[in-house]
Amino acid sequence: MPNKNNTTTGTTASDKPEYTITVYTENQIGLLNRIAIIFSRRKINVESLNTSPSEIDSVHRFTIVINETEEVVRKVCRQIEKQVEVLKVYYNNNEEIIWQELALYKVPADIIAAEVKVERLLSQHGAKAVVIRKDYIVFEVAGQREETDNLIKVLEPFGLIEFVRSARVAIIKNSEGFHKKLKEFEYREPGEETIENEYLSHNEEVFSM
Amino acid sequence: MQTLEILEEKTAAAKTAPINGSQAVLEALLHEGVDTVFGYPGGAIMPIYDALYDYNDKLKHILVRHEQGAIHAAQGFARVSGRTGVVFATSGPGATNLVTGLADAMIDSTPVVCITGQVFAHLLGTDAFQETDVINITTPVTKWNYQVTDATEIPHVLAKAFYIAGSGRPGPVLIDITKNAQLQLFNYEGYQKCEHIRSYRPKPIVRKEFVEQAAALINAAERPFVVFGQGVILGKAEEEFKAFIEKAGIPSAWTIMGMSAIPTDHPLGVGMLGMHGNYGPNVLTNECDVLIAVGMRFDDRVTGRLDKYAKQAKVIHLDIDPSEIDKNVKTTVPVWGDCKETLPLLTALVTRKIHTAWLNKFHEYRKKEEEKCIAAELNPAGDEMTMGEVIQLLNELTKGDAVIVTDVGQHQMVACRYAKYNHSKSNITSGGLGTMGFALPTAIGAKYGAPDKTIVAIAGDGGIQMTIQELGTIMQFQPDVKILILNNNFLGMVRQWQQLFHEKRYSFVDIQSPDFVQVAKGYHIEGQKVSERSQLKAALETMLNHKGSYLLEVIVGKENNVFPMVPQGRGVAEIVLSKDEI
Repeated sequence: MPNKNNTTTGTTASDKPEYTITVYTENQIGLLNRIAIIFSRRKINVESLNTSPSEIDSVHRFTIVINETEEVVRKVCRQIEKQVEVLKVYYNNNEEIIWQELALYKVPADIIAAEVKVERLLSQHGAKAVVIRKDYIVFEVAGQREETDNLIKVLEPFGLIEFVRSARVAIIKNSEGFHKKLKEFEYREPGEETIENEYLSHNEEVFSM
Repeated sequence: MQTLEILEEKTAAAKTAPINGSQAVLEALLHEGVDTVFGYPGGAIMPIYDALYDYNDKLKHILVRHEQGAIHAAQGFARVSGRTGVVFATSGPGATNLVTGLADAMIDSTPVVCITGQVFAHLLGTDAFQETDVINITTPVTKWNYQVTDATEIPHVLAKAFYIAGSGRPGPVLIDITKNAQLQLFNYEGYQKCEHIRSYRPKPIVRKEFVEQAAALINAAERPFVVFGQGVILGKAEEEFKAFIEKAGIPSAWTIMGMSAIPTDHPLGVGMLGMHGNYGPNVLTNECDVLIAVGMRFDDRVTGRLDKYAKQAKVIHLDIDPSEIDKNVKTTVPVWGDCKETLPLLTALVTRKIHTAWLNKFHEYRKKEEEKCIAAELNPAGDEMTMGEVIQLLNELTKGDAVIVTDVGQHQMVACRYAKYNHSKSNITSGGLGTMGFALPTAIGAKYGAPDKTIVAIAGDGGIQMTIQELGTIMQFQPDVKILILNNNFLGMVRQWQQLFHEKRYSFVDIQSPDFVQVAKGYHIEGQKVSERSQLKAALETMLNHKGSYLLEVIVGKENNVFPMVPQGRGVAEIVLSKDEI
């Protein structure tokens, strides 16, 4: 697995593969806690967690990264999907998704002005200035963990003032989105159910209960 | 249906006149068919209690002595009746006292709706008097919970609460209502039952191909074995289950939670599974070729060591909760769905068979167990009484028609091993959580859920003291509950483990008890204590024939052990019949 520079927490189970869990939910107060405690109850560290709107109005999307065996990930996903306000859960390994994180770097403006090579380094790393002030400049880089981590090392000698990185956002390569599925959820007659255990016949490519 | 008409009139009237949130709560309960509420008032739930004053003729409120008693009573009500139990409690300590019962209801899938009062919405997060973050405290132990801060939400939130608590795999739901919402007047537009939530699918779809695969496995099996749990009872599928095992001729063993789903003397019923279950069902789990699990969840007390559990068998698992499939035991064929629907499909496809030789194996093991364990328990040689003989006598007198509510510990295991049942929903016990103090309040609730049944609460001298204050509830409301205390003057189960696995280092298991009969007398409840075998039968008869509640304390042997036993960390086939084998 790539991206194992543990700059985030000290307790990463780095011998276990990384999985990205995508959860479609209702937008409900308390649901974040309900999902979070499914991990903490099993003493699983959440490496990254992002909540955002999804492609569907009123449906929220959680993107959660953990390091665990597939068996554990599958069980955890079933527990998440069991929650009343959760619509759907998928889990994927890194090959099955396209993912990015966003990093921001605050650097003293005078150094950038003085040292031409810094500017070159920044552009080499795909950094874009988002704020330019007299005293400092804020750059952003979107990319994977290695890329954003590398730029920290590059900038450190030049007085990196502040650094922050977002949680992972991920798109599942194989999925056709959730739109169609949701329509089924909404328009089914009460009592009539959607196909649930299709993962069994789907070669476990995409998790779906 | 006069009450319905009154209801409708009331609803129609309500449409024109605004009502407050508290009235909306009570209207919701009436629409959900609730007639009994267990609760305890307090500051933050006072508006609901104020409204209740006017609903006295339609809603029976049982004032308990502790909120834990309220939720256990609601559990008892739900477990014997199959209906959802309802609890009122106030904020802060009132709500935190519910937590044990919520955890118990969660792990044993009991439908309960708890309504807790909460401080005014504008005080949330200010450490106001009796403010506790009840939603977050109860999140891990509820199927769903929700905080209402606006009265207009009440009708549909309560509709959702009842729908979620009772559908699919049932469970506890808690609704926390801030005081302002209870007081707030709003335009009530009537109550509509909830029948669908887009993100919630109570029942997975039944996939015919898996039913077919399961039937093929069963038809080819030479030594099929059914293990069943509470799912059969919760799914109201007792008849469907019986039809299935009878057609396929499969020996069937119950978990502690599945007990009484079929009569205990059913010819295919081979006994109880698990740590203190019967010999044959445990040993033969590891000899069957197809293991059919129906509405059970392979608890560790049932499976013993997982890597030594039924490794030779193909496993068919019928369950309504998809997350149970493959959770503990790998399944060959998962049959997801409500067993009331899946069992008839399966029954239709299985061939009629009798597995005489295989069934006889269970009977052989039964004989061994009778010689080595059961005989001494039911017909002891010494003067000391055993718990088993008390249960045996009780069986004779109740003829298996009573509801038995047990507490937790040795007496629970003995009761479940030896009690006879003719009817479903008769064995009420805290299976998953093992909550001491469960029996007395649960039995009170059970009486309201099944008023025509004899309710016997069986507790040890330890457990009874955990919720003994509920004698006050009995005193005040007079539910007819028979209380049988099997007193061995020890915390017996822990003592047994200390004897067997901790070199008899009896660490704080020597528990002293008050004079239980005197305590009962203080609550105006009749009772007696017996320590001689010669008095036992008459005493049990007196208890059962007594009009109203009665407490009978029976002094049993101090250091008796429950056997057989699957010692922790061992496989089910390594079950032992006596302490010499450990």
